[in-house]
Amino acid sequence: MTDRLTSLHEAIEQVFPQVEGVLALKRGPAGIAAPYLFSPEHPEELELLVLWPKEPVPDTLKIIQRAHTDSKLAIVCRGCEERGIVEMFKHSQLKWDNITLIGLECTQEEAEFCRCAKPFTIHATNTVGDSIQGVPDPLTDKIAAMSLEEKRAFWMEEFEHCIKCYGCRNICPQCFCNICTLEDEKWVETGRLPLPNPSMYHMIRAMHMTAKCVACRECEETCPAGIPMAVQFRLIARDVQEMFFYETGAKLDQKPPQLLVLEEGEYQRTGLPH
Amino acid sequence: MIEYKNILTTCPYCGTGCALHLQVLDGALVGVLPAKGHPISQGSLCIKGWNAHAFVNHKDRLRTPYIRKNGELVEATWEEALTLVAEKLGAIKAESGPDSIGILTSAKCTNEENYLLQKLARAVIGTNNIDHCARL
Repeated sequence: MTDRLTSLHEAIEQVFPQVEGVLALKRGPAGIAAPYLFSPEHPEELELLVLWPKEPVPDTLKIIQRAHTDSKLAIVCRGCEERGIVEMFKHSQLKWDNITLIGLECTQEEAEFCRCAKPFTIHATNTVGDSIQGVPDPLTDKIAAMSLEEKRAFWMEEFEHCIKCYGCRNICPQCFCNICTLEDEKWVETGRLPLPNPSMYHMIRAMHMTAKCVACRECEETCPAGIPMAVQFRLIARDVQEMFFYETGAKLDQKPPQLLVLEEGEYQRTGLPH
Repeated sequence: MIEYKNILTTCPYCGTGCALHLQVLDGALVGVLPAKGHPISQGSLCIKGWNAHAFVNHKDRLRTPYIRKNGELVEATWEEALTLVAEKLGAIKAESGPDSIGILTSAKCTNEENYLLQKLARAVIGTNNIDHCARL
């Protein structure tokens, strides 16, 4: 752990001369860490640099870039966070050319915590730590193996625990619409718990995460009801890969399927069955 | 220089004591992040906590006391407002006795503020009618 931290410290110092800030995690009161923009003018603050927990940093990067449109920034990102940045770039939420990636490879323990298939970066040229293989996701496999009726019963029970905090939407770096369907009373009723139609909120989110979810699992982590919602998105991602040959965060020049249908030429080139 | 930081604080909305981070960009409050690793909220928040930043710079936020005069709310100073409240409470107590007055405190207040309110109820007004908004 210490080695990885020292290497990250050095990697950040190396990029300092080229950027206005490096987004990483800083230890705060009671040892609770949060995203922080380290400045090349205050390298001593790197004493408070930490590696864990995982945070929705691609979204934080967007907040900073929106206010400072031409700023050159670096970000310490794990595999999932890198995928998040790639997808946000494809949806015009981030300026790719202004971002320097410092890849932080996850440990076995961290990968298992996230049941992560891809705990490594692929675009970052500076990386810290040894890249490891993906780990199995027993929960997703278990639910995938259920019958349709079992799946329905499982999800209906899970969704009934929802307290509609909107945390999964708020924390998701891929949820960036200005107008959100989940705030439309036509679809999601306000002022009543449990939700009269518990699956409505979650099914809308599942549809909207199609070919967008980067499997960072921030939604699951922040859910006060412990709904394993990333499982839904991972199962949908398997279908998206099969049908559209699309993997989120993988190829910079491959457009997401939901953007392709608008352009016929691109649509055919992907080899989409039609 | 670009400045982005998070300030750890306690959610002001109820007595649970969830922790949250206030996201600050160039000195301005821009959002909330849950605090992973906090022993109470453990990286989760409810819908109120997720919006705990929203009232701070809201245009409808009251920044001064108001007194209703001839059916309309009119801006007032704290001195005027507190004097009016003291006069009216004093008049009600003189006319109907201290137990005609009740005080509700708030989970959003600190322990010290709640202590002071019960002190006001018992020692100044002379009633045990002191309770808490969470029991409403």
